[in-house]
Amino acid sequence: MALDEIQIGGLGARRKRVEDARFIRGKGNYIDDFKLPGMLHMETLRSPIAHARITSIDTSKAWMTPGVHMVITGDMAAQHNLAWMPTLSYDTQAVLATDKVRFQGQEICCVVADDPYIAKDACEVIVVEYDPLPPIVNPKQALAPGAPIIRDDKAGQTNNICYTWEVGDKENTERVFADESMQVVSQDIFYPRTHPCPIENMAIISDYNSATGKLTIYLTTQAPHIIRTAVALVAELPEHMIRVIAPDLGGGFGNKVPVYPSYVIAILASILLTRPVKWIEDKTGNLISTGYARDMYFHCDAAIRKDGKIQAVRVHADTDNGGFFSDAQPTKFKIGLFHSIFGCYDVPYGYLTAQGHYTNKAPGGVAYRCSFRITESMFFQERFMQTCAYEIGMDQAEFRRVNFIREFPHRTTFGFLVDSGDYDKCLDLALDKIDYDGFKARQDAARKQGRLLGLGLSCMSEPLGAGNSREYDIIGIKMFDSAELRVHPSGKAVLKIGSKTQGQGHETTFAQIVTHELGIPADDILVQHGDTDNTPFGMGTYASRSTPTAGAATAMVARKVRAKAKKLAAHLLEVSEEDVEWELGRFYVRSAPNRGVTITDCAFAAYTNMPDGLEPGLENNAYYDPPNMTWPFDVYVTTVEVDPETGEWDVLKFVGVDDCGVRINPMIVEGQLHGGLAEAFAMAYHQMITFDSQGNCIGSNYMDYMIPTAWETPHFELYEVVTPSPHHPIGCKGIGECGCVGGPAAFVNAVVDAVAHLGVRNIDMPCLSSRVWEAIKYKKDVSGTPPLPGQ
Amino acid sequence: MMAYYREDAKVLSGGMSLIPLMKLRFAAPATIVDLNQIQGLDYIEEAGGYLRIGCLARNRAIVRSELVRSRHPLMSSAAPTISDPVVRNRGTVVGNLTHADPQGDWATVMMCLDGEVVARSTEGERVIPVSQFITGPFSTTLMPNEIAVEVRVPGATNFGEYHKIERKVGDFATVAVGVALQQQGGSVSRVGIGLTGVGPSNIKCYDAERIVSGGGLNENTIQQAAQAAAADSSPRTDHRGSEEYKREMVAVFVRRSLHAAAGIRAA
Repeated sequence: MALDEIQIGGLGARRKRVEDARFIRGKGNYIDDFKLPGMLHMETLRSPIAHARITSIDTSKAWMTPGVHMVITGDMAAQHNLAWMPTLSYDTQAVLATDKVRFQGQEICCVVADDPYIAKDACEVIVVEYDPLPPIVNPKQALAPGAPIIRDDKAGQTNNICYTWEVGDKENTERVFADESMQVVSQDIFYPRTHPCPIENMAIISDYNSATGKLTIYLTTQAPHIIRTAVALVAELPEHMIRVIAPDLGGGFGNKVPVYPSYVIAILASILLTRPVKWIEDKTGNLISTGYARDMYFHCDAAIRKDGKIQAVRVHADTDNGGFFSDAQPTKFKIGLFHSIFGCYDVPYGYLTAQGHYTNKAPGGVAYRCSFRITESMFFQERFMQTCAYEIGMDQAEFRRVNFIREFPHRTTFGFLVDSGDYDKCLDLALDKIDYDGFKARQDAARKQGRLLGLGLSCMSEPLGAGNSREYDIIGIKMFDSAELRVHPSGKAVLKIGSKTQGQGHETTFAQIVTHELGIPADDILVQHGDTDNTPFGMGTYASRSTPTAGAATAMVARKVRAKAKKLAAHLLEVSEEDVEWELGRFYVRSAPNRGVTITDCAFAAYTNMPDGLEPGLENNAYYDPPNMTWPFDVYVTTVEVDPETGEWDVLKFVGVDDCGVRINPMIVEGQLHGGLAEAFAMAYHQMITFDSQGNCIGSNYMDYMIPTAWETPHFELYEVVTPSPHHPIGCKGIGECGCVGGPAAFVNAVVDAVAHLGVRNIDMPCLSSRVWEAIKYKKDVSGTPPLPGQ
Repeated sequence: MMAYYREDAKVLSGGMSLIPLMKLRFAAPATIVDLNQIQGLDYIEEAGGYLRIGCLARNRAIVRSELVRSRHPLMSSAAPTISDPVVRNRGTVVGNLTHADPQGDWATVMMCLDGEVVARSTEGERVIPVSQFITGPFSTTLMPNEIAVEVRVPGATNFGEYHKIERKVGDFATVAVGVALQQQGGSVSRVGIGLTGVGPSNIKCYDAERIVSGGGLNENTIQQAAQAAAADSSPRTDHRGSEEYKREMVAVFVRRSLHAAAGIRAA
């Protein structure tokens, strides 16, 4: 008889996370937990100012500090050809500043000492002299006539533009806009700079063994294999002598994809000193210098037919990229997958342009819990859809419904292929759970009493699980992923995956995939990841890609193993392979179902009783190149009450309906949605990294860069719809980031809806009480960053 | 010890301000005098017509104290808004006052309630009204050889509310307003109104207090007091909000508290 799949922890089981046993006991291993014999400690000196020419660096006092082993400057790095490094967007980035500093917090020197306190003390006695230059803190200033050229190191760079990009059908789009029967709606929206802010900051131990020539790097990274290749290429070291170990990650959220300057110097120092060198970044260093996200200005025009059908969109985005263009994104694209905008709507024509700008701010442009700039596109899309509905006088839900795509696969206006979905079902469920019609009546009644209630709706689909290899690569390496499965003689198994968990629970869920395919109980499967010497090559975890790619590879490798097990079963049952049937955990003879052998029997036979001509062992590997990305669909709807006198607002109710196809572990899906929605709420409510006119970062610690606590975070009521992905082996779609991507618009839409009757159409994030109050008091949009001293 | 180390020493009670300052390398005291080993300084008691709070009484204890609630409800209203639970478990009222952060909540509360700091040294003891104790941002009239051992509040009040706008739990106030009253029958025998986060230091609103104590509580005096308090504030535009917003919130919260005290439903 087939096994009960839920009971053995297979597909759909709400299996408890195996990782938590160590996390909740304080037994996780993060970089700072590793202590190697003879280990030294590194500290990085950062620039206190945003834009200046460096006239001199005097490190003599640091060298003389007792306990200091080495002080590394940009000039020293240059001797090893490491003063600059390539970025993931084919730009260059200073490792240690030699000519200029280009943002506050930029790395200038590194000190290696016996302990981190000595290193920090030594940093403080380094004297750097600066010749200040005017700082540029937004794209407008970057383009102003006479603005200083930030990247004067680049030959031929005569302005502060770092890229331009376009996609779509300009001619037909303009033709639609020229049609006078169309109603045209336009809006400008700003998505402020945010930061992924993992609790564990950047950290590395570089251990170079001069006897063996082996370089072992303990690194808190989401992409250990890519890092290994990058180190091999940049540092010109033999790749087989590099081992990257990424142990437990204290969060990542996209922040831990890039290579950071201090990593390069720690590796260099360990090679020069032939001792292990540890660098643990502090929180301020993390917030002011590592990969930020968003910081994008959006303009959109829509041409809308009388019945509410959008006929064309014109989109322009300006990005603020900081001092170096180092967005982490697939090679073909300059603004990530921003052009996934309007992907869930049937928009016949569209034309999208984008331009990037160098500014005196930290570089990054990382995919903070999103699939490369998709959070921006979905936020803008849903904020703009709300505005369009107001302007054409149509109901919010109805306007979206009129424009939904309903036939799949669907080619979007900017070229993506949406694989599947059932949008009406999701929207109906969400509206029912929020009591949409009832709320509108309550909203009207409340307004008559001077109370302000609002409802915000956000519907979105996003392409998750890059890539396919035809279109998606990072630094030339195609975006596939991998899995390797070994079944031991006793039927227990070890699964090694090319992806890496950053807290999502891969060790739990990937075992469940194997359980689904082979019937081995999930508790009997060990999942390994994050050690390049011990796992197959993979692209890492980000862009909600682990389940769509490495998860698919896991299913495929399990099927390969099952195919071999079938041969063993036929041998054991003494029938031909064609006569053997499979049910979960067991092969049986088609004509005699009582005659069967378990997968455990087959595993034992693979090492003890092989048929002639069959290789011993029961293991295999699979590299999975997805045919398309997976397209979840999500509806988030929330109601809020705004205090008309203070502008403070509270969430009354939040409903989320997510269709991420088949759920491997529903509890983990819900947990990821909770996390993503909390981050979404944070951005809408209070979170920002902004800069004063001198380029000082406001938001350099957790006092000013706010993470919501349990006190602020609302309750999230979640529901599911299941439309399996037609091309994923087990019908899964990405989900880890959907809450963060689709959530912000729901909250902001609700706040704007509460004051929309005053003529307000936009309040840019964060919707601090002071900004909402300003919108109410002056009956106007509140756009741009919040006011700061000195502006 | 303070007589010996004087300016080189910093006193540690809860450490919720001193430790972060040391971590950020803004403070690097040569000596730390830790009071936490001294027994009997964590009292909350009533004696001699005063509610007395010892210098090791934690914010958490204030939150829970029925005595405090019955004597000065403003203190019970403010205490749960101090930072977050972790800070409240360690941080002390007296420590908060002596740190004299202009964003500190207790100085405002104590100004409303005419609180006094008891300072002790090898030379003896003296009593300093909180309004004279705090002289500016991070500066007090405490002498280098003195330790603030107690804060005490005279008499009782029967109404008190502390309103605070903060971007999240644990953040400094964007605006905070404290209002305390002693009402008997229809008349107001004692009033305190104070502001946090809207000036270079905590502000006691003498004009607003005079309007209420002189005219009692009615719609007219309430509106006047709210405007007077707003006029007393001198907020700065920053990333928490604009000057105009903060000033207006002072008026809103003074009005709300006085309305609540008078039993008038907000218009």
